[in-house]
Amino acid sequence: MSLRILVGVKRVIDYAVKIRVKPDKSGVITEGVKHSMNPFDEIAIEEAVRMKEKKIAKEIVAFSCGPAQCQETLRTALAMGADRGIHVEVAGPQFDTLQPLHISKMLAQLAKDEQIDLIIVGKQAIDDDCNQTAQMTAALLDWPQATSASKIEAKDGSLQVVREIDGGLETIKVKLPTVVSADLRLNEPRYATLPNIMKAKKKPIKKLTPKDLGVDVSPRIEVVTVEEPPVRLAGAKVENVDMMVEKLKALGHA
Amino acid sequence: MALSFVGNVQSCRLLEFQYISVISCFVLVMALQLRRLSLGLAKFQQARNASILTSLPETHELLRKTCRDFAEAELKPNAARFDKEHLYPKEQILKMGELGLMGIVVPEDFGGAGLDYLAYAVAIEEISRGCASAGVIMSAHNSLYLGPLLKYGNDQQKKDWVQPFAGGDKIGCFSLSEPGNGSDAGAASTTAVTSADGGWTLNGTKAWITNGYESEATVVFATTDKSLKHKGISAFVVPKPTPGLSLGKKEDKLGIRGSSTCNLIFEDCHIPKDNLLGKPGLGFKIAMSILDGGRIGIAAQALGIGQAALDCAVDYASKRKAFGQPITKLQSIQNKIADMALQLESARLLTWRAAALQDEGRAFIKEAAMAKLAASEAATFISHQAIQILGGMGYVSDMPAERHYRDARITEIYEGTSEIQRLVIAGNVLKEYGV
Repeated sequence: MSLRILVGVKRVIDYAVKIRVKPDKSGVITEGVKHSMNPFDEIAIEEAVRMKEKKIAKEIVAFSCGPAQCQETLRTALAMGADRGIHVEVAGPQFDTLQPLHISKMLAQLAKDEQIDLIIVGKQAIDDDCNQTAQMTAALLDWPQATSASKIEAKDGSLQVVREIDGGLETIKVKLPTVVSADLRLNEPRYATLPNIMKAKKKPIKKLTPKDLGVDVSPRIEVVTVEEPPVRLAGAKVENVDMMVEKLKALGHA
Repeated sequence: MALSFVGNVQSCRLLEFQYISVISCFVLVMALQLRRLSLGLAKFQQARNASILTSLPETHELLRKTCRDFAEAELKPNAARFDKEHLYPKEQILKMGELGLMGIVVPEDFGGAGLDYLAYAVAIEEISRGCASAGVIMSAHNSLYLGPLLKYGNDQQKKDWVQPFAGGDKIGCFSLSEPGNGSDAGAASTTAVTSADGGWTLNGTKAWITNGYESEATVVFATTDKSLKHKGISAFVVPKPTPGLSLGKKEDKLGIRGSSTCNLIFEDCHIPKDNLLGKPGLGFKIAMSILDGGRIGIAAQALGIGQAALDCAVDYASKRKAFGQPITKLQSIQNKIADMALQLESARLLTWRAAALQDEGRAFIKEAAMAKLAASEAATFISHQAIQILGGMGYVSDMPAERHYRDARITEIYEGTSEIQRLVIAGNVLKEYGV
């Protein structure tokens, strides 16, 4: 097997940062805040690199859509082992209203333009928690999909994927080309080694606009307001279980 | 321009004069072009220099992120344990080796990462921020062991003593100080006497050797000709273990307890003649030039410790409430935080400047001494104030502030005490003034 893999990587606010809402409630403060690659996307890149090391894949293309700083995210992907990057630049207010549908359309077009055999993305982004991009991309391309993957094996020209579902683990076989979304336990991403960081400098990053891919990024939604979750109120203590049941009934929870 | 020059000359009558003039014009033109080129190059270097005042180059930023992620995940959770149990972080050093951190400036041909000294400074700071012991192990190995071999070793020595030591599984150490002399490095009483086969026999004791226990080789400085005083010291590379070389007990230190420090005792220790580094009598010069570079590593380590202490202090202060509000609202605390941040940032700029000068191949001795002095004094100041900000919590091992305080202290002592740094700086400044 000699697959060409497309991996989507999203630049999100770092998971360790304390999120704060803007005073005008129009969104979340992103200015000057630490950003990094979506953790599920790191897992996706790691899986692609491991497939290349096992000689199942021959080329890894990393893709990111967003403002100019996405180049840093792409460089991290290159330093982890991707061969080249594609940056679709969308900045400012347009970026804030980007939806998985827009990204899926870009991924679908790139898959056709770059003759991709396998698309791997993180199962969801930690900022919007949508869990939609992989599914939509597969539908647009009419490709099979294997989402929430915790194990991928290449067998006889197709992929055998173990999925983490609510009921447990489901093993499915998908024909190529296919879309896979990476779940937490798929692998543990490597640190970019120093030699690879040096090599990443020389790897190319192609810049495109949404128009180049025929994708209209005009907003389909309007953000009305963004608010902090309600402050957690103090609880009440009760003497025993019977009293607790009574209290729950009184509050309308039982 | 060249053609018009030649055209003018060709109107001269004497043939030889014409011939010489054409050649000299050509040479003049080439010289002017070269000067323009070198000015342009100097401008480029200046531009690169100026840019680190505002931010690191992209590669270095990526490197910093990798080292920080590594330090947060692998070093920070274990640092307290390494300190409490005096544990050498063997697994973590191996992982650092896999990342390329144990051979940062070693050329790729000899198994290293082939990066520059600015990258080295950035990496050591991030590693030290996670664990100061890991930072010193990395610094001593890179600057003090690999350094002399890279700069003064021949190709065979680099193959034997650098290549196997660039991947993290083997580390080396640097043996200069003795029980009888630290700052007074020229008074080395360890002797190396030539033996019949052209090799040497070493006798003497070296003290305070970082990585003394885990290292599998050492660069050692011994007197080959006492009459020449400090010009009679030579440098050698000695494998460990080797007959005639024994280790003293591990020192029970105040801080950086994850790294081993012990005496190296040489008793009729024989080494072959291929193990001489450079030339006989070059030892003192080697030691001094290596320590100049090592200072940047230790400055970076001190920056890491200082940064960790500042992070701890600010985090605590933002959560601790007194007089009805977080103590970050109090002016006394804000004054402390400002002073701590100021000292740290100033020391960091000095360190990066010294590293950038070293990368450009320009003189950096004064700047390296300034960096080490500033960073080590910043680290002790910051960790002292961090304990103050944490109050009682700063005094107990539940919080890392007390460990940072203990780790920071040594940075003012090793690789040139603060007093020596002041002498180096003053010497260079006076030279600049020509007085």
